[in-house]
Amino acid sequence: MEFIKPGTNFDFVGKRKIAIGISIVLIIISILSVVMHKGLNFGIDFAGGTIIQVKFTKTTGADVIRKTFQNIKIDDAIIQEIGQNEVIVRTNQPMTKELQAKVEEAMNGQFGTGNFEIRRIEFVGPKVGKDLTNKAILAIVFAWLGMLIYIAWRFEFRYGLGAIIALIHDTIITIGVLSLLNKEFTLVIVAALLTIIGYSINDTIVVFDRIRENRKKDLKKSLAEIINSSVNETLSRTILTALTVFLVLLALFFLGGPVIHDFAFALLIGIVVGTYSSIFIASPIVLSFENLQLSKTKGKK
Amino acid sequence: MAITAVVCLVALYFLLPTLVPQIPSPLDKYFPKDKIHLGLDLQGGMHLILEVDADKALESMMERTANDLKESLMENKVRFRNVERGKDATMSLELTEASGKTALEKILNEQYSDLEIASTTSREGRQIVYLKYKDKRAADLKKLTIEHSVETIRNRVDQFGVAEPEIIPEGENRIMVQLPGIKDPERAKNLIGKTALLEFKIVDEDNSLDEALRGNVPEGSVIAYGAREDRSSGQRGQVPYLLKNKTLLTGASLETAKVQISDRFGEPHVSIKFNSQGASDFDRITNENVRKRLAIVLDGVVHSAPVIQERISGGQAQITGNFTMDEARDLAIVLRAGALPAPVNILEERTVGPSLGSDSIRQGIIATLIGSLLVILFMIVYYRLSGLIADTALILNIIIILGVLAGFKATLTLPGIAGIVLVIGMAVDANVLIFERIREELRLGKPARAAIDAGYSKAFVTILDSNVTTLIAALFLFAFGTGPVKGFALTLSIGICASMFTAIFVTRLIFDYFIWQRSVHNISI
Repeated sequence: MEFIKPGTNFDFVGKRKIAIGISIVLIIISILSVVMHKGLNFGIDFAGGTIIQVKFTKTTGADVIRKTFQNIKIDDAIIQEIGQNEVIVRTNQPMTKELQAKVEEAMNGQFGTGNFEIRRIEFVGPKVGKDLTNKAILAIVFAWLGMLIYIAWRFEFRYGLGAIIALIHDTIITIGVLSLLNKEFTLVIVAALLTIIGYSINDTIVVFDRIRENRKKDLKKSLAEIINSSVNETLSRTILTALTVFLVLLALFFLGGPVIHDFAFALLIGIVVGTYSSIFIASPIVLSFENLQLSKTKGKK
Repeated sequence: MAITAVVCLVALYFLLPTLVPQIPSPLDKYFPKDKIHLGLDLQGGMHLILEVDADKALESMMERTANDLKESLMENKVRFRNVERGKDATMSLELTEASGKTALEKILNEQYSDLEIASTTSREGRQIVYLKYKDKRAADLKKLTIEHSVETIRNRVDQFGVAEPEIIPEGENRIMVQLPGIKDPERAKNLIGKTALLEFKIVDEDNSLDEALRGNVPEGSVIAYGAREDRSSGQRGQVPYLLKNKTLLTGASLETAKVQISDRFGEPHVSIKFNSQGASDFDRITNENVRKRLAIVLDGVVHSAPVIQERISGGQAQITGNFTMDEARDLAIVLRAGALPAPVNILEERTVGPSLGSDSIRQGIIATLIGSLLVILFMIVYYRLSGLIADTALILNIIIILGVLAGFKATLTLPGIAGIVLVIGMAVDANVLIFERIREELRLGKPARAAIDAGYSKAFVTILDSNVTTLIAALFLFAFGTGPVKGFALTLSIGICASMFTAIFVTRLIFDYFIWQRSVHNISI
């Protein structure tokens, strides 16, 4: 079986201006969305606060639950339904001993003991939230840097730069999509972002590797031609791998349960964006750097 | 060949306890006992990050030092007044004579080597001296406070009875506590977070309590409150007490504490026994204060204030006060384990109930199975028999990941399961790269053997470079991630390394077997 027939030769390099244009538009939309939403919708990992996951024995409306919490002066409760008769209640208030006792008392009064089960409580204080935010940012930035150094060492610096720009592109657009859908931004999402970075760079490296090999084979061909044939030669693999990863992610998305749901969703987006950027963005940027350098040296003469 | 067999067997060896519920008895001593360790999100339990207020410990230490210093100054006939404690564990005092400072410096050098003079100001011929702990000493004291807190919490948790608790200091002043399978998180939190400072103080009956409540608290006394429960109405109220400032005895002098049921009401109370020094102090204190009331104060709350009827020797006492059985038992535990040297605050709490954990495991296993099945089928459809070879490598890969987790006693979390699922999707990448190469070589007209050789050797560099970069991402995730996310980075990293082994080495072995041993000339790819 073959999806991509041998000898396929799309003119990816020729379309690079259109591709870069599309990407710039997507990045602008992403940034606008984050600005319009007044920042990301941070989960308690970063913003601090409390979540309580409750499972009821019978269908229970969000209104009743909200009212129960309002009665004990938790006015900012956000009720999110996950699965059957199960909700996550989120508030910015810290989970103190007194509050927890009050919540249980109010729930017992409203729904009756035994008709509900508190399955999960998470509380993150503001200090920890700040720490976790710093750590998340550091992890992503260090991952970018580590890759830049590795690629610069194994290939050339401009390749590293091309790859990193593609990675930043993937990260921003994935965050943008999450922001457009107003998804919660949690620690698990950061893990997803780093995985996307790892996956996308994997894709890009495969293309770079082919470029390196093809350059040695034929020194007369222009870089543009070499990049184009390299992207085409690896296209089959790029699509196949994206497909297998996509398949397992679909399994996670539909079957993995609520905790994994958003994680799988972010990865699904990221794999699409990452595959696109490996084909259309990373290598063409290397070419643009080359053209830039050429015109500079010409200018000097 | 041998290497592959050994790797598989070792992985299976460590996995066996997880897969088989009970290994029959004559064999069980040859196998490891540990199953794969499940994270709190899968088995249920409580995760806490505590912050130790080490500055508070330093402040109360300064208070004691200040009292000692006053006595030393009086003994040496150095005139002073206005001893005050300042912010951040400092103190100041006023020396009224010009020679005072030299004398003070001499006393500090001889008896208080931990202290140093921070600054001196002169006002109308008097000198105000500010004292603080030497920086290194203060840092040491803080470190000791953390160590002591970890030790105390560990004692309490051990006595409470939790299987495999983890209590680990984190950063400068934090402690991470993980209690798997805990059933009553509220109670556990109380037990861990209570300072449990037990103090014995005499009730001040020379001065009027009402007067003090109006704001005129006499020098050397304080107001403290006790809880009172009205037996008939069940309402809780507060009772004020006027206590002498001086702490006569603390929980540090205890030998043991246990729960007892009183004969009259059948109510539980905690009976305490002092160690020999504590017993003789208690003997002296009760002797000196017969007919006065002795307040038993726990964390600033007066539990009871019985009248001392007669001198009590033997070093036994009781703490009463409307306890439930659990409360009394927990109080006995914290008294036995000792007081925390400083108050602790809960910065982060994550509690997962056991039912949610088992749901997560079930969903994780289903997702893994379906995900694997999809990939396995896809590979067979796309690459036919070669796909089957890649699938063998894939299954081996999963066995190795789980084997490594079990063998190194690493923790499997829900994101960790997601990592395994993801690895299943990504691990076939190496084989896809190789197979695509082999197809290319075949198209160039090379015979099967040469095509396989070329395919593997050309794809190898690519696989190495692309996997190293993915590992870099996983590494940083592991370094900066916390809890469950670390579990994800871990399975991802193991999976990537294992896939290099299985996809390159193991599949090659199978190909070679068919090419060399069976002299197959056409490959199904």
